[in-house]
Amino acid sequence: MSSIFDRKVFDEIEEAQTKWNEELDRIFSSKPERLKRFSTVSDREIKRIYTPKDVGSQDFMNDLGFPGQYPFTRGVQPSMYRGRLWTMRMFAGLGSATDTNRRFHLLVKEGQTGLSTAFDMPTLMGYDTDSPKARGECGKCGVAIDNLKDMEDLFDGLPIDKITTSMTINPPASVIWAMYIAMAEKRGIDRRVIGGTIQNDMLKEFIAQKTFMCPPKPSVRVITDTVEFGTNNVPRWNTISISGYHIREAGSTAVQELAFTIADGIAYTQEAIDRGLDVDDFAPRFSFFFNSHLDFFEEIAKFRAARRMWARIMKERFKAKDPRSWWLRFHTQTAGCSLTAQQPYNNVIRTALQALAAVMGGTQSLHTNSLDEVLAIPTEEAATIALRTQQIIAEESGVANTIDPLGGSYFVESLTNQMEEEAFDIINKIDDMGGMLTAIEKNYPQQEIADSAYHYQRQVDQKEKTVVGVNKYATDEEIPVDMLEIDEELEKLQIEKNNRVKSERDATSVKECLEKVGEACVGTQNVMEPLIEAVKAYATLQEICDVFRAVFGEYRDPGIY
Amino acid sequence: MGKKRHIRVMVAKPGLDGHDRGARIIARAYRDAGFEVVYSGLHQTPEEIVEAAIQEDVDMIGLSSLAGAHNYLFPRTIELLREKGADDIDVCGGGIIPDEDILKLKEEGIKEIFTPGTSLDDIVSWVKANVKTR
Amino acid sequence: MDSVAEKVIAGDIRAVARLIRDIDDGMPEVRETLKELYPSTGHAYVLGITGAPGVGKSTLVDQMVNHMRKNNKTVGVLAVDPTSPFSGGAILGDRVRMQRHSMDEGVFIRSMATRGHFGGLTQSTRSAIDVLDAMGKDYIIVETVGVGQDEVDVVKSAHTTVIVVIPGMGDDIQAIKAGILETGDIFIINKADREGADKTMSDLRLMIDMDKKKYEGGKWKPPILKAQAVFDKGVTEILEEIERHRQYLLKTSGDLQFRRKKNRVQEELIDMLKKRLIEEVLENLTETGQFDQAVDSIVQGKIDPYSACDDLVLPAIEFLTGESGKG
Repeated sequence: MSSIFDRKVFDEIEEAQTKWNEELDRIFSSKPERLKRFSTVSDREIKRIYTPKDVGSQDFMNDLGFPGQYPFTRGVQPSMYRGRLWTMRMFAGLGSATDTNRRFHLLVKEGQTGLSTAFDMPTLMGYDTDSPKARGECGKCGVAIDNLKDMEDLFDGLPIDKITTSMTINPPASVIWAMYIAMAEKRGIDRRVIGGTIQNDMLKEFIAQKTFMCPPKPSVRVITDTVEFGTNNVPRWNTISISGYHIREAGSTAVQELAFTIADGIAYTQEAIDRGLDVDDFAPRFSFFFNSHLDFFEEIAKFRAARRMWARIMKERFKAKDPRSWWLRFHTQTAGCSLTAQQPYNNVIRTALQALAAVMGGTQSLHTNSLDEVLAIPTEEAATIALRTQQIIAEESGVANTIDPLGGSYFVESLTNQMEEEAFDIINKIDDMGGMLTAIEKNYPQQEIADSAYHYQRQVDQKEKTVVGVNKYATDEEIPVDMLEIDEELEKLQIEKNNRVKSERDATSVKECLEKVGEACVGTQNVMEPLIEAVKAYATLQEICDVFRAVFGEYRDPGIY
Repeated sequence: MGKKRHIRVMVAKPGLDGHDRGARIIARAYRDAGFEVVYSGLHQTPEEIVEAAIQEDVDMIGLSSLAGAHNYLFPRTIELLREKGADDIDVCGGGIIPDEDILKLKEEGIKEIFTPGTSLDDIVSWVKANVKTR
Repeated sequence: MDSVAEKVIAGDIRAVARLIRDIDDGMPEVRETLKELYPSTGHAYVLGITGAPGVGKSTLVDQMVNHMRKNNKTVGVLAVDPTSPFSGGAILGDRVRMQRHSMDEGVFIRSMATRGHFGGLTQSTRSAIDVLDAMGKDYIIVETVGVGQDEVDVVKSAHTTVIVVIPGMGDDIQAIKAGILETGDIFIINKADREGADKTMSDLRLMIDMDKKKYEGGKWKPPILKAQAVFDKGVTEILEEIERHRQYLLKTSGDLQFRRKKNRVQEELIDMLKKRLIEEVLENLTETGQFDQAVDSIVQGKIDPYSACDDLVLPAIEFLTGESGKG
């Protein structure tokens, strides 16, 4: 195996670099370097310059290769954006199903190529709008879905047999998926035809996003049910979107995001194998979801490292044989936590740079945040600008002309290698603890994230890290931005609608269906078919989730700070 | 001689919102500033928060909300404190709260709202200057 | 107008909460109230739960409260967490795990910080126990992190002391031995599903059995129980053992008024005297500026600390005892 550079060249470079550094030290002795410390947002120190030496003995064919070839560092598909651009998939959800349906139609008209659904807090937590816990929350951060009728209204008039739908839902993911399948079947669309994703990743909930319902073990059991069901019945569906986005939003570093996400993926893979499934049957349908944060090159390196790591893990650890099992396909969202309420128009630029990093990192689909995301659900104008950001990158910037344009950069290759190594260290630590479920029980990832979050905030407060418009270049001037408001009446109307659905359905049938769901939960039968029957009978989301809660118990926040 | 009391604050997460990054960070900052901080944990109803605040005899409740339900949850907390004769406990808020809502909330009795980008030191200074212990 | 003490006895939650605050902050008017309350104390059964951070104490307490409530008993919980020695602040996070009881009128939960001043933990917590006792609680649970002498002392204020460990603590069990092991009436191995539970069990048993003589003649031998608090496993058995210990105490002492037994009273009175005397003297010396003067003198090397101390204190001792302390 040949190295890109040989020993003699390395020695020459070493000598030249030493001289160059000495010269710089002379320059900086009279006028110091621009900053005391040059580091990424994750606080990784970055060197003055990178040379072939930093890439070391990297082997082009084995470590990089070509897109679509193991270990996929340069891209999962052979053709990448030369064949087809990434899917522009803007997250949307607000108010009632009809409101969101309208937003979906708008985005599709403006050129979006896939649907992505945001649900409101009660729906995310498995409550109906009329639950006392849901007071004041209806429709505020996404669409309210209480029953199958809401799901039917949500996708009214949209060609779900032709475009794919992503649904960001976790504890009640199985139920919401059941509603989607039922809705499609009622429209005569077969379950083998529909394509999409449910996020359905409870491990990261316990670690970071904290929408929970039932404890970890039964949650993972239900997820494995969905994986099994998808493998056998809904072949075009990605049943888990193994997520790092939220882990990063909760305050982790880039390496922690990478490591914990992959560790979650390892856990889900093992669970499915323990269930008796063949890895090549389900692994091709696992997808990932990453954050694209502020440090341009760190993010690109992260994406490349992720692909290589997953390929190696799938091939060597889990002995997968189908190349599609080795692929790490991912959706990216630009970092919400990096946006500011001050001078909101700055957020357009932040989002653009983060989107650029995601594209240069080879993402399969992308959501770009809107400038007003820190204040409220985006207005149509703001959401359109965010979509245009992607379109300009795709059509005007030229970065999609070639695949993996930064491949071979001494800096990026070095960073990719470093991040892979550090992430594997964390994964080994988790393995030593007994796997992700045990690590979560021990509060290990939660505590690591809390510490990183606090560290970063302290750096911002002490101006070691700049936030433009906030701790530097701040103005007192108020910059007005139009904001979307959710009608307060909505909660009342939604409750009335849900009551109507309940009064028109067959109560006996609902009762029987719920009992069957309960039986499946208590036993080992896959819960999906009973769930599809229950939603078809118009059992509500909470009625079904209450069965889960009754059988599996409820999980309460342990309060790690 | 007037004895100096320790400031006791409660950091609470009302409603279903699970974003606790800010709440946890401010709790640490309060501790580093010498306060005693009772952390409520996630998914608390206003009723649970007020009950806990009374039992813990806190000087201030800090409510954190990033999922848009503040217009119900924050005033409800004030209302409950009043009902229980405990409205000498100050209530502040933080999170994703639009400007027009801030005005309304202050009218309803919220003492201050800390929006994203406010430094921890500024928040701590404000509390030290404006929240009175008994 | 009811006095504070009357309100406490009537179960007024706000009054109780404020009184505990005043006790914690060392407000002088508290003494009169505590005097008034004292006759109403002596009914509650006090449990001390202690163990290293992360063993699951709060979760266990939460489950115990649940069981007690099902048996119609009222409960007061004092959850004690360490004050940061650097900032003087504290995050009191035990309550999170018990929050489901916050709306239950039969449960009063209070978080306290150790505050680290001389005898602070012991005295404030003892007084807080008295308050919850006078309030009428059937059980009072005091949860502390058992790592220091302070916490060991608090645990002496309890009828039954429960020590919680988790499997795999290894050397930490040896560390527990110092003082705390002797005070344990019941040992719990929580998270017992983890690897090493059986070894931890045998390690503990070995340590307890080592001192066989202690348990001769029908004396209480601490049982070791396994539990998984988060799944409510083993909690019923723990409560049964606590009840068994309570019966044992009744049988051997005749009553449960352990704090009115001579040696307890001596200990508590000494603590109270120490704290009170020191506070008063220190306050006086600070007010008159003598304390700061002494500090400055020592810093400037004009006097050694021992002499400085004598100079400060001897006049006070003379005044109290009518004798000169020198010579």
